[in-house]
Amino acid sequence: MLRLALKLLYGDRAKYAMLVGGLTFCSLLMAQQISVFCGLMRWTTATLRNIQVPVWVADAKVEQVNEVVAMRDIEVDRVKSLPGVEWAVPLYWGILNARLSDGSFQAVQLTGLDTATLVGRPGKMLAGRVEDLRLPNAVIVDQIGVKKFKAKGIALQIGSTFEINDKEARVVGLCESAQSFLGQPYVFTTYDRALEYAPPQRKRLSFVLVQPKPGVSAEAVVQSVRAIPGLTAFTADDFFYRTIAWYMKNTGIPFSFGTVVVLGIVVGIAIAGQTFYLFVHENLRFMAALKAMGARTSTLAGMVFLQAFAVGLAGYGLGVGAAAMFGFGVLKAGEPPFYMPWQVPVFTGAIILFICALSGAIGLVKIIRAEPAVVFK
Amino acid sequence: MNEPANGHSSSAIEARGVTKTFGTGDSSVAALKGVDLDVRFGELTMIVGPSGCGKTTFLSVLCGTMKFDGGSVQLFGRDLAGMRDAEVTAFRGKNVGFIFQQFNLIPTWNAVENASVPLLLAGASRQTAETAAQRLLDEVGIGQKRRAYPSELSGGQQQRVAIARALVHEPRLIICDEPTASLDAASGHHVLELLQKIACRPDRCVIVVTHDSRIFSFADRIAEMEDGQVKAVHGRGEYHAQYV
Repeated sequence: MLRLALKLLYGDRAKYAMLVGGLTFCSLLMAQQISVFCGLMRWTTATLRNIQVPVWVADAKVEQVNEVVAMRDIEVDRVKSLPGVEWAVPLYWGILNARLSDGSFQAVQLTGLDTATLVGRPGKMLAGRVEDLRLPNAVIVDQIGVKKFKAKGIALQIGSTFEINDKEARVVGLCESAQSFLGQPYVFTTYDRALEYAPPQRKRLSFVLVQPKPGVSAEAVVQSVRAIPGLTAFTADDFFYRTIAWYMKNTGIPFSFGTVVVLGIVVGIAIAGQTFYLFVHENLRFMAALKAMGARTSTLAGMVFLQAFAVGLAGYGLGVGAAAMFGFGVLKAGEPPFYMPWQVPVFTGAIILFICALSGAIGLVKIIRAEPAVVFK
Repeated sequence: MNEPANGHSSSAIEARGVTKTFGTGDSSVAALKGVDLDVRFGELTMIVGPSGCGKTTFLSVLCGTMKFDGGSVQLFGRDLAGMRDAEVTAFRGKNVGFIFQQFNLIPTWNAVENASVPLLLAGASRQTAETAAQRLLDEVGIGQKRRAYPSELSGGQQQRVAIARALVHEPRLIICDEPTASLDAASGHHVLELLQKIACRPDRCVIVVTHDSRIFSFADRIAEMEDGQVKAVHGRGEYHAQYV
């Protein structure tokens, strides 16, 4: 009977297409919008993904990675002195203006790495060597910088120069880094040189990057740091999620995307629910005939839910597939905020499952309520 | 009336004082007002009467597709009123075959799929069900149309598929609701001939509700209903001779 239930569904091509179309649209809207939202949220954590260390130490008031409350340099030594800390190095991070050779400006995220160890160095060099950062006035610019400079008519390459705070920066390498939420390119240099570029301030240390000793957990080091007045610490994972949570709490982004996702669900329920209800309604006479011929409620339920889930599966596959194609297309074209972790298809699938179950249940109630004697009317 | 025949009581169905009212209060309508009827094995019984006299309601009650308010219905020795809904459904699936006025063939299933439904509902495998359905389609004369969809068949051919569907699971009661109403005279005549030929057996009974006086001559007995009651039961040819 299940095979025949599918034949009944596929036989009404117009309704089938409408049902699949509705669920495809719903899946596409949800998967695409949630992926763009995830992409945007991921952008907010670009610094964390560019500089991969187990523990980040910051001023006690810091809530997320893009928020810097400068500390005294002495904090590096205080952290180093904690038991369980293998090493601790300073990091400068700030948004400064770079003046290009034609006089125009470009905001950059200046990242000053520990001069001795270069901890937090770019993961992938496109040209040049990281070690050349120790040369005078040396900086490494990421691929976003290359694009931004190019848009201003400057072909950035090794040997190119620009100014930060009236001091020369000479490009010794090009690297690949994660796109950030604000879109400014990352410019890597050493910590000491970053302080030279940065405007004069009493406190200029942004973060202390920490490696726990072997056998000591990152959480244990975090607890030790938090015992120091005026400091806080986060594991990389914790900082990642706190940063995302901060943006979700303090910006209108989740509301904007959430509204679209909810609309997608409502549209899905409305289209799929209504069309499936109509489909069941039009076939009610046949279902009543099957009831009269001895079809048990469980058989009819199996038929109805199979039809609902078959439609859902097709709509889900097409919708998520289209969202993935969209992502693939735009990712190829540039650096859009698009990130589809496995949770997105699972969430979308769960919502589609819910819509189908709801539609099927509404249809089934109608069938159960229909007296088999209706076939004689 | 209760003589044994082929291992069964000669009365396949015994309805006594059956009542059924639709609605409540001032708007209630008494459709059946104490109907008595015996339906015998091996006979084709017709229920006739004017529109609104309760024929279809009574037919629905007899085959267990509608609950009744009072009286009793014994269907092959089982008291319908004493059975749970699921039991009635299972009993109906095993013992009753249906032929409807509008055929009720599912439009996206072909002839053999439509005809095999009762066996599939009973849990038979697809192969078993379709083999049996094919045999019945051959018997009703449209075996070569096994892959045709209802829209590709004439009214008479569709009703033959419906007959095959009604008989495929070897039921003991065949219920026909206005089986010729959607057919021309020749097709209607042919359908009744088929029913008489392959449906009427000593271990089975056929009930036909009809308005169509052209087919009264096929009945072994005719129950004449009026105003929610069986007014009279006529033997073979009596009603035909008297009224037609």
